[in-house]
Amino acid sequence: MAKQTVIPFGPQHPVLPEPVHLDLVLEDETVVQAIPSIGFVHRGLEKLVETKEYTELMYVTERICGICAFGHNWGYCLAAEGLMKIQIPERAEMLRTLWHELSRVHSHLLWLGLLADAFGFESLFQHCWRVRERVLDLFEATTGGRVIFSVCKVGGVHRDIEPEMLQKIAATVEGMKKETKELCDVFVNDYSVKNRLVGVGTVTKEQAADLCAVGPTSRGSGIPSDMRSFNPTYQKLGFEPVVEEAGDCYARTMVRIRELYQSMDLVIAACNNMPEGDIAVPVKAKPEGEFMARLEQPRGEAIYYLKGNGTKFLERMRIRTPTNINIPFLVKALEGCDLADVPVIVLSIDPCISCTER
Amino acid sequence: MAAFKMGKVVLRSLFGKPATLMYPVVPREYTPITKGHMTIDIDTCIFCGLCAKKCPTHAITVDRNARTWSIERMKCIQCNCCAWTCKKGSLKMENTYTSPSTEKIVDLVQGPPKEEKPAKEAAAAE
Repeated sequence: MAKQTVIPFGPQHPVLPEPVHLDLVLEDETVVQAIPSIGFVHRGLEKLVETKEYTELMYVTERICGICAFGHNWGYCLAAEGLMKIQIPERAEMLRTLWHELSRVHSHLLWLGLLADAFGFESLFQHCWRVRERVLDLFEATTGGRVIFSVCKVGGVHRDIEPEMLQKIAATVEGMKKETKELCDVFVNDYSVKNRLVGVGTVTKEQAADLCAVGPTSRGSGIPSDMRSFNPTYQKLGFEPVVEEAGDCYARTMVRIRELYQSMDLVIAACNNMPEGDIAVPVKAKPEGEFMARLEQPRGEAIYYLKGNGTKFLERMRIRTPTNINIPFLVKALEGCDLADVPVIVLSIDPCISCTER
Repeated sequence: MAAFKMGKVVLRSLFGKPATLMYPVVPREYTPITKGHMTIDIDTCIFCGLCAKKCPTHAITVDRNARTWSIERMKCIQCNCCAWTCKKGSLKMENTYTSPSTEKIVDLVQGPPKEEKPAKEAAAAE
């Protein structure tokens, strides 16, 4: 048996946008074990339910993470509406879907850029982020914010989108499709990119199911789990989950690339099928009881649990985020890999540590 | 070869306009609804204090007696909550940012003096 060495990876590392620490136990160049530790960006946001009214909490939840800000806001509102048994108008539901899918487009483009950076393809990284910028411009034109929107509220949404703007969004996204295709062709077909991704960090379907993986990480291992399948609005738009069977980094990249096109199609479909009507219903109730909502974030299934006690302050808020669940999957994927492949495998689960620690 | 697959993109980048702006020489364009900073039309304000009550970060202070409205710019998170709450529509989100500063600025707006109601005696005499 070779001598074992422990190499620390993170919390500050060029490929990591956020701090997570891994102790890598190596035998020669091969990783035999990875021991993760988190806790570098914990902010105690869940504790704030004690001091903020339930109507103010959405400003807290959307600040959990800068990339899936809208998703967290929607998830919280979904749970609060379930708690108070509020039915929101169809138009509000479709507007939320539109913004959420645009968020997924920008999240996946951001991730593709980071992946390109991880295997040393700087110009591809810059081009992915250039395309992503157009989504941020659409956010600014429709919500007023580029990262934090504050448009979703308990009972509906704050802002409506005019029909001319909807057409503009559809046209912009249609244009983005062509630009994205040019870039994604490199990820899909390039020889050197494939060398870094194919067969790296493979986790089988059974292992992924045992480790309860969620999101594109699990779909890359052949598990068709996607919370959007259960959402009536998505069903109306003809949503089908994207699944790849191989279970390696390339499969996870392929899932995200295919989801990128799928999300763009969903945005265009949402623009063309926007129902008429109100965008919000008045909310007067005080939350009582408990409720759990599930939502598909760009990184996977997130769970929002709320418990009310009949006052305007909630008793408990618990958010289980996708990266939290995918860390055991990451540890499994790292077993037996080369030290040089560690950054790519870590990125392949799209880690969001701010979400994980809240 | 990546260079050939990305050939079109690379050529466009070489001969096209840059994707970035030469900020601050070229100013950035804002949309009409960009969340920049909060302003108040003090003449229509009735100093009810609803905006201060609803502000999630307690950035706004309203003094009914002194007839002032003030905002701590560093505390404000541009959520637009106050503007949506205001019954009189006095608050408006401007699409430009406040200039950078080294201090935590508090912007105080003084309202017009309260209009005197006609005296009761005068009304009675009529």
